[in-house]
Amino acid sequence: MARMTYLAAARAALAEEMRRDPLVWAVGEDLGRGGVFGQYAGLVEEFGPERISDAPISEAAILGASVGAALMGTRPVVEMRFSDFALCAVDELVNQAAKARFMFGGQGRVPLVVREPIGMWRSSAAQHSQSLEAWYAHIPGLVVACPATPADNKGLLKSAIRCDDPVVYMEHKNLWPLEGEVPEGEHLVPFGVARRVRAGGDVTIVSWSQQVHVCAEAAEALAGEGIGVDLIDLRTLWPWDRVMVLESAARTGRLLVCHEAVAVAGFGAEIAATVAEHTSAKVRRLGAPRAPVGYAPPVEDAVRVGAAAVAATARSMMGR
Amino acid sequence: MAKAPDAKKRGKARPGSTEGGLSQEQLLRGYRDMLLIRRFEEKAGQLYGMGLIGGFCHLYIGQEAVVVGIQMALGEGDQVITSYRDHGHMLATGMQARGVMAELTGRKDGYSRGKGGSMHMFSKERNFFGGHGIVGAQVSLGNGLAFSNWYRQTDRVCVTYFGDGAANQGQVFESFNLAALLKLPCVFVIENNKYGMGTSVDRATASRDLSKNGTPWHIPSAQVDGMDVEAVHEAAAAAVAHCRAGKGPYLLEVKTYRYRGHSMSDPGRYRTREEVQKMRTERDCIEGARHKLEGLGVEEAAIKQIDDEVKRIVQEAADFAQASPEPDAAELYTDVLLEV
Ligand SMILES: Cc1ncc(C[n+]2csc(CCOP(=O)(O)OP(=O)(O)O)c2C)c(N)n1
Ligand SMILES: [Mg+2]
Repeated sequence: MARMTYLAAARAALAEEMRRDPLVWAVGEDLGRGGVFGQYAGLVEEFGPERISDAPISEAAILGASVGAALMGTRPVVEMRFSDFALCAVDELVNQAAKARFMFGGQGRVPLVVREPIGMWRSSAAQHSQSLEAWYAHIPGLVVACPATPADNKGLLKSAIRCDDPVVYMEHKNLWPLEGEVPEGEHLVPFGVARRVRAGGDVTIVSWSQQVHVCAEAAEALAGEGIGVDLIDLRTLWPWDRVMVLESAARTGRLLVCHEAVAVAGFGAEIAATVAEHTSAKVRRLGAPRAPVGYAPPVEDAVRVGAAAVAATARSMMGR
Repeated sequence: MAKAPDAKKRGKARPGSTEGGLSQEQLLRGYRDMLLIRRFEEKAGQLYGMGLIGGFCHLYIGQEAVVVGIQMALGEGDQVITSYRDHGHMLATGMQARGVMAELTGRKDGYSRGKGGSMHMFSKERNFFGGHGIVGAQVSLGNGLAFSNWYRQTDRVCVTYFGDGAANQGQVFESFNLAALLKLPCVFVIENNKYGMGTSVDRATASRDLSKNGTPWHIPSAQVDGMDVEAVHEAAAAAVAHCRAGKGPYLLEVKTYRYRGHSMSDPGRYRTREEVQKMRTERDCIEGARHKLEGLGVEEAAIKQIDDEVKRIVQEAADFAQASPEPDAAELYTDVLLEV
């Protein structure tokens, strides 16, 4: 175990995978300088500019070329910096990368990782704050990962790089400095296996990414009131761990799904619907209002789902 | 490829005018507008340091001659659209310093009522169409502004500004083709400040002359010294006249330089201190204009008066931007399609 940040954990994962497999390479704007957040710091020195390659501001061309390079069996890790910017390359991801394997009868494998940081971060306003994970969960052919901890940011990124299908890898911009224990060396977190953050018998709360930490804070407060929360960090939205979620919801009889993204047509709706179809648990969702993210702090804060709101919803589900 | 008309070849300069074709009065105006942007941006930098402005904030210091020279070639009703580095453009179009500053501080009296911040402002009244945070996005939008000028049969022109980095986005080339095909009244302005974030132009594009990027579509163009407001104005006047006459788009590559970092958190390791210092001391557009004014015999008192006026406007804007209240959280539910 080593103590490191969420950012450093992902960097370690990429470096380890690049040492292990010479076909792994990374591309994106400003990578040679270490990436805008420092996620690539020091890598160009070790691997050279051919494998940590800088690209012009041309997202569609970057992603399209990466799909082609992946079809040839190399394993590109594409940095899009903000999930908002990745929208310039949605065709390459959704129409090309996601479809190739099925559409070409299994011949067109696309071992591609697209890193698309999500979330609100320092008053960044409407075009730099979005959480768009549900868009990709909706697309057959894509894996969607949303790590919440440093350990998972290492283990999931390593799994993503080894995956033979395209992975949309969504780190949260606000989590970069978060520190935690991270296993050294070969640490792989499989897709579709959720993490039980804390065990409890009264309310199941399902979340992912930064919102897991908000829910953990709420669960702590609820524990003091005698409400036991079974808190599940989904880790990957597709595939997602139905087994753990359904077992928990059936046992507690109450499911609350909570995410930072807009609630309407969010991935919480999918989980809530699945649980309602398979158990008799009472379901509730919490997410942002269907509004863009504003710049001024009062407006920005108004879309956040805080620990108090999570706790209040859980209490009301308990009839308190 | 048309080059910017050479002032010396255009016959005699007008009385009281300088070489680049600006009258003394115009040059004074240009000096004032550039200085206003400079002082405004310095103040914004200070307020950012004090924590009164947050998030992204891209200063325009060093590039002032570009928007001021171009704006002086425009008429009432012409449109302007640009990227997130937009404070200078807004002030040049005549938007109020206080409203821009209040948006930077995220207050109710800002141009976007505090909801947009530095990168996202708009003024229908001044024909300023944003303020766009996605690199290159404004270029295709600008074509639409130009298209509606044609559609409504006005003789208005749209100026679409974008950076050297943005010049590599696919929609820029698509927009060149479309504008040329439809003969849209659009002046494309590439503000080449040598860097897109930390990537220098020669590391980002194989094109060695950005003014020629419209060549496949026969878009006439000129390369201009963006540190000289008169040169910018003169080239812009030719470009605007071309578009107004219904001859289709025009491309200006303006060679400029930003003195500050890309945004407020830029350690600037991609260029040397000497490079920045050299531009500041040898090429500064405001110093250049002041020097010309002095050469024309403009009294020091007249220049001092401008300096004082600008200082007053900026201070008033800063005070206003701090006194204005924050927007109510309920603003989240205004101007949004449907809330839940
Ligand atoms: C589509 C997209 N990709 C990347 C970014 C991140 N980004 C913001 S500004 C910038 C550099 C743009 O450089 P340039 O066009 O030269 O404009 P300048 O900042 O120099 O004015 C980049 C890469 C973005 N905002 N949008
Ligand atoms: Mg630039």
